[in-house]
Amino acid sequence: MSEISERGKIGAPLLQVEDISLAFGGVVALQGVSFDVREHEVRAIIGPNGAGKSSMLNVINGVYHPQRGTVAFKGRRRRRVDPHEAARQGIARTFQNIALFRGMSVLDNLMTGRNLKMRCNVLQQALYLGPARREELEHREKVEAVIDFLEIQHIRKTPVGRLPYGLQKRVELGRALAAEPELLLLDEPMAGMNLEEKQDMSRFILDVNDQMGTTIVLIEHDMSVVMDLSDRVVVLDYGRKIADGTPDEVRGNKAVIDAYLGVAH
Amino acid sequence: MQFFFEVLIGGLLAGVMYSLVALGFVLIYKASGVFNFAQGAMVFFAALTTVGFMSMGAPFWLAVGLALAAMAALAVFTERVVLRPLVNQPQITLFMATIGLTYFIEGIAQLAWGAQVHALDLGVADEPIGWLMDHTGMNISKFDLVASGIAATLVAVLALFFNKTRTGRALRAVADDHQAALAVGISLQRIWVIVWMTAGFVALVTGLLWGARNGVQFALTFLALKALPVLVLGGFDSIAGAIVGGLIIGASEKLAEVYIGPLVGGGIESWFPYVLALGFLLVRPEGLFGERRIDRV
Amino acid sequence: MLYRETGQFKTAYAADQQLFPIRQDRIGIAVFLVVAFLGVPLAALTPGLAGAIDFNYWFNGVLIPFLIFSLAALGLNILTGYAGQLSLGTAAFMAVGAFAAYNFELRVPGMPMLLSFVLAGAAAAVIGIVFGLPSLRIKGFYLAVATLAAQFFVVWALTKFAWFSNYSSSGVITAQKMVVFGYAFDTPVKRYLLVLGIVCLMALAAKNMVRSAVGRAWMAVRDMDVAAEVVGVPIMKTKLLAFAISSFYCGVAGALYAFAYLGTVEPAGFELDLSFRILFMIIIGGVGSILGSFLGAAFIVLLPIFMDLSATSIERSFGLALPSGLVSNLTLILFGALIVFFLVVEPLGLARLWQIGKEKLRLWPFPH
Repeated sequence: MSEISERGKIGAPLLQVEDISLAFGGVVALQGVSFDVREHEVRAIIGPNGAGKSSMLNVINGVYHPQRGTVAFKGRRRRRVDPHEAARQGIARTFQNIALFRGMSVLDNLMTGRNLKMRCNVLQQALYLGPARREELEHREKVEAVIDFLEIQHIRKTPVGRLPYGLQKRVELGRALAAEPELLLLDEPMAGMNLEEKQDMSRFILDVNDQMGTTIVLIEHDMSVVMDLSDRVVVLDYGRKIADGTPDEVRGNKAVIDAYLGVAH
Repeated sequence: MQFFFEVLIGGLLAGVMYSLVALGFVLIYKASGVFNFAQGAMVFFAALTTVGFMSMGAPFWLAVGLALAAMAALAVFTERVVLRPLVNQPQITLFMATIGLTYFIEGIAQLAWGAQVHALDLGVADEPIGWLMDHTGMNISKFDLVASGIAATLVAVLALFFNKTRTGRALRAVADDHQAALAVGISLQRIWVIVWMTAGFVALVTGLLWGARNGVQFALTFLALKALPVLVLGGFDSIAGAIVGGLIIGASEKLAEVYIGPLVGGGIESWFPYVLALGFLLVRPEGLFGERRIDRV
Repeated sequence: MLYRETGQFKTAYAADQQLFPIRQDRIGIAVFLVVAFLGVPLAALTPGLAGAIDFNYWFNGVLIPFLIFSLAALGLNILTGYAGQLSLGTAAFMAVGAFAAYNFELRVPGMPMLLSFVLAGAAAAVIGIVFGLPSLRIKGFYLAVATLAAQFFVVWALTKFAWFSNYSSSGVITAQKMVVFGYAFDTPVKRYLLVLGIVCLMALAAKNMVRSAVGRAWMAVRDMDVAAEVVGVPIMKTKLLAFAISSFYCGVAGALYAFAYLGTVEPAGFELDLSFRILFMIIIGGVGSILGSFLGAAFIVLLPIFMDLSATSIERSFGLALPSGLVSNLTLILFGALIVFFLVVEPLGLARLWQIGKEKLRLWPFPH
């Protein structure tokens, strides 16, 4: 369990979600949700199935555009963001159902995570010798650091389509990390994993937060993971925020308990 | 004004023919999710087989029956050799397989019956309808009218088949959801054979009508391409869309040729339907009747 | 034991990023290049051999078209194989290249030949971008409609507007002689060397692009464009770049097709069936593979020749006279069957079979 005082390094709000409402045709996904995420913290979003957690992440990095409300990242307040723009500003994410590039190797997937940072134009790349080659090697080093961190050296040339599920999830995390993001959005990073894999993944997430200082927003169903990893928790139910606080505060909250037990409200 | 109507109706009637080709596509796409590029080749094969048997002395209806049998055999063959081995592959792979199938069918057809153009006479002449010409001065071909009538009957028969029979219901189930259809005990393989046979039957009718109009020749295989703009407009999985799309393409193609053509030197029929379809796609990517796809992330 | 990598360690990323990291591969490609650039022309010029083998036929009928089609297949592979944008308009882009090169040579006095080719490619690239714009809204088969529109429109425009063919009555153009820096490339050997040089350079450039950021961007868009966007890949720029570069390659291939291969071309020679032929080359050769483009082109160029040779030898040995359409129809049947065969058995084409072969060779003589 981590307390704000132990960390001591949690800073000012990095992300501010304000009054977000999102609907698809007649289906309401989010209603008037507001919360903030402070720099260097690990924020969990939890809630029963269908509560709108993934939709919330999708709004934050611009995959969905809300009908109302704004998202402010690093002080810039916007309603509509391009996913590409969000990436450029320093937001990276993983997906619930792995979104890796199946035709490419692990190394290439991670290198693609750094494409944004590469400056050489096509002609230089076609020539390869000179600036393009230097750039490739430079970024290769950075990517190898991520590969070392996630202990996936042995599969770096394997096409990701051939990897087992747990490793694919790790590679997806690697691709997000390769971008050196300021804000990392993780959508159920431990879904479908066994105990060992979960322990590994938890360690990686904690290390990312500790060593790299990356702010993390995390959707997770496993309550013990949430309690252990997160600094603060947001609880959603039927698209509304029903609780917001430290893990302990949220755990004892009656509305939260009701939501999970399915009490009509 | 009267000339305009003449062109319009001529175009609509030509469009009916396009609809027929598109119909074959839609049938197969609805049931198996495969875009059957070989539909044009099937039209060619069906027509050529009929004409071939007739040139060997068989009476018309026997030749048609034999051609129908050949199409059925082709359907079984296709299901065993192409569809079954590729059952879980992405759409693009199946599409390319049907391109291969196209060349295969063309080769066999020409090998069996030769590559020269055959004439086909269905007993209805391609001349203006007498009393219409006399009363209104409009030149509308008898043949076109009869062809549309046949096409309309075919659509009605198919609609009845789909909606009123047990097999038809199974076909609709498969078109909706393969897994669910399997779960209730519908044999996908059997359904696919039936669908391809039906498409083969449609191809036969199409082939006979087109062949009677333009002669049975290799160029029939490229009908497949004319159907593409029709499908874009009407959606790949809608029978109604194939009809409406065909009419629109047929009419607009003729009207464009007559009214815009002279401005740029003519011959714009070759690309106009595609550019029209392209423009349409930019506005409505799933066609008039197609289902809107919502990608879940 | 020939192909062992044992002992070949990479101690720097630079060594790992090489085009041919395995020493045996480096030797192999060096030998291949020496044979291609030196061996073949020398053999053609040796008096003894030149009598026995009809080198002109091999240059004009096999090697030069193989190289040119490989280039076009490369172009299509970049667009369809790497970037995942289906294109049925390859021949149209080739036509633009051919006619553009002709017109540049014709109308600009003193225009260097190589510059004509580059500009021809650029013209094709522009057309490619225009017809690639729909790819920003449309995906998959529907995109085939856009490229079909390009195919039919371009051929129509080149036929209709006689300016393109310098008002020749039939639309036929006769390509000028290729003179580079005052040196005329007019014999089969010389044309072969020029085409070989150009194709090798462009293949190298393609390989470089494909393993750099732009190649990864293409493959990302092909595999999952939503994820690509999230990772920061600019979808629009990436797709249009694919169209532009692919069309450039096809344009240069088209120019070479007119200048180094056929000599005279007309719009009708760039019809849809040529587009399909090139599509078959990348299906059989291997989509998303540079080597595959070459293997597929070789296959498609050699197959009809093989069929013809078999037919003549059967006719000769059995004293038969085969019906005239037989060979061409059998070729069609064989084409179709092979495509289905490859898609079922090895969807990644000859290139994958080549890779598997190499892997087996690494273990040889051990079974596993």
